[in-house]
Amino acid sequence: MTKQTVLELTVKNHPGVMSHVCGLFSRRAYNVEGIACMPVNGGGTSKIWLLLNVEKRLDQMVKQADKLEDVTGVERHDGGHEVFDKMAEFVR
Amino acid sequence: MKFSGAEIIIKLLERQGVKTIAGIPGGANLPMYDALSQSDAIKHVLTRHEQGAGFIAQGMARVTGKPAVFFATSGPGATNTLTAIADAKLDSIPIICITGQVPQSMIGTDAFQEVDTYGLTVPITKHNYLVRSVEELLEVIPNAFRIAISGRPGPVVVDVPKDVQMAMLEIDEWPEPGKRGAGSELISVEIERAATMINNAEKPIFYFGGGITQSGSAVDALAAAEKGSIPSTLTLMGLGVIPNDHPLNLGMLGMHAARYTNMALEECDLLIAVGVRFDDRATGKVPEFCPNAKIVHIDIDPSELDKIKTSTASVTGDVSDILKALLPMIEQNDRSQWLSRVDTLKQENPMLIPGADDPATPYGVILKVAELAGEDAIVATDVGQHQMRTAQAYPFKHPRQWLTSGGLGTMGFGLPAAIGAAFAAPDRTVICFTGDGSIMMNIQELATAMEHDVNVKIILTNNNALGLVRQQQDLFYGKRYFASDYTRRVDFTRIAQGFGITTYDFSRTDDPAAMLAKAIAAPGPALIHVPISADEPVYPMVPPGAANIEMIGGESND
Ligand SMILES: Cc1ncc(C[n+]2csc(CCOP(=O)(O)OP(=O)(O)O)c2C)c(N)n1
Ligand SMILES: [Mg+2]
Repeated sequence: MTKQTVLELTVKNHPGVMSHVCGLFSRRAYNVEGIACMPVNGGGTSKIWLLLNVEKRLDQMVKQADKLEDVTGVERHDGGHEVFDKMAEFVR
Repeated sequence: MKFSGAEIIIKLLERQGVKTIAGIPGGANLPMYDALSQSDAIKHVLTRHEQGAGFIAQGMARVTGKPAVFFATSGPGATNTLTAIADAKLDSIPIICITGQVPQSMIGTDAFQEVDTYGLTVPITKHNYLVRSVEELLEVIPNAFRIAISGRPGPVVVDVPKDVQMAMLEIDEWPEPGKRGAGSELISVEIERAATMINNAEKPIFYFGGGITQSGSAVDALAAAEKGSIPSTLTLMGLGVIPNDHPLNLGMLGMHAARYTNMALEECDLLIAVGVRFDDRATGKVPEFCPNAKIVHIDIDPSELDKIKTSTASVTGDVSDILKALLPMIEQNDRSQWLSRVDTLKQENPMLIPGADDPATPYGVILKVAELAGEDAIVATDVGQHQMRTAQAYPFKHPRQWLTSGGLGTMGFGLPAAIGAAFAAPDRTVICFTGDGSIMMNIQELATAMEHDVNVKIILTNNNALGLVRQQQDLFYGKRYFASDYTRRVDFTRIAQGFGITTYDFSRTDDPAAMLAKAIAAPGPALIHVPISADEPVYPMVPPGAANIEMIGGESND
């Protein structure tokens, strides 16, 4: 099976953020396997979790995501993230 | 006091020090135009196409290094700007495009002249905004400037719905203008490692690019090269960073480099890449680029490091700061063996300039113009053979002297960029080398040039062909010329005259040098028509996708 990882992005919460983040990946034909997004404390920031296959270009994707003006933090969870474990129950 | 959103925008632009805005009005940005009409500090340049406005802004930004602003209305106004914005993204040029948008209540209804400017510009901007309230303008406008010039520069789009432009807001205090943000701290071990590698190298080459120009560090780059006696090659974007007649200058690398330049790169044991991004036109086939070399890559944008070629060592940060920190650590070294080897390569495989002494030839006219226009002239080009010839032959002396569409390679760049340059530097002569194909893509801006009487000299080398395309068909498509020759001719001098531009035609003189001298000496815009043959290839040429060492043409015969 392909190795997967999860990127956890902290972003400014406004309507354009998703298109900036998703655009980075779609433009480079890098498939996003899963995605989740929630506002943090209903406030000015949100979290976006991206479930990705580990490819050679992943480091480049992390750097590109980090460059986005609306992304304030990027964390990489190579061991996966429970957000997706819970979500998986809905598609079982 | 109460201000409308439109007045706030203009006021904030004034506070940023904006002096000139190019653009075209329409329904959705009329409030901004009304506010602009009341400004004494900002002059408006009414262009004939929004792409022209975008490239005028680019011309100003490329010459000054400061962000330049342009305006367009919603819908077709906004879509017309896209090419100029994408061009700025690829060449890291700080421009700010402010577009009108339909009122928020109508967004998403397919209203008249509604287009998703925000969505369209996501992939071609450094950042973009759809402003949702008049209050937001107070953050968005200064932020747009900060983003455009911080770190690696780039274009920003601000889309402002008409209701936001018309909404009123009480303002007691204006926000601070947006400024360049402080860069991240340099990591000294990274710099030390780079210095050690440089000092240990026997056959190093500096590979300098547009990042040197952007960071204003041409002096530091030259000092580093001189201290270590390190030959230096330049990218298309980096021309002018090292004076063309400096003994360490190897000229441009890559697809249209001199043979000796690509050969020296083949032999180097260390490539010190500074403010460059390993563009494929520079590197050729990447695995075979500098096959014997370790690589030190120095850049402000971390995502450029290891993007194309994995470096042995890298340094992240402002190139200017890094070069300054590096200089004292670089050991004085005359590297006489390496320099003499490079010199032998140069003697045996020099850059050949056919027709250099004849001002009526494609290369000769470039050299004659350079001689007449002087060191201080600004040189813009369009895209094609004329552009590559200018890059190869023009004796550039200073950074920001050379304006060309490097990354996007946009035909139509030249004329409006030259006009923008003339606005930014009214006392200097601006030369625009163009082709009969390219000039057609923004020829309407001749009207703008005439109206503002800018000092732009257009050198139109007319081969009645899309020369560079034709050359590829010649070399790589069995000479099957298709859609690259024009079947009939247009009369460019009459067209220019119709726009009120003074013209000079090499086909009507026995003394083209004298004609050129007269044209360049006279103030104001002029078009100089230089008929040339379509069968004059630009050599050397590396076939697209091939290694740089596989050059076609340009061999010396002796
Ligand atoms: C907008 C745009 N369309 C197409 C091209 C592809 N292209 C590259 S060079 C070239 C020919 C340019 O012709 P001209 O301006 O006459 O210059 P020449 O090569 O003849 O000197 C073309 C069509 C381009 N670079 N930009
Ligand atoms: Mg042509």
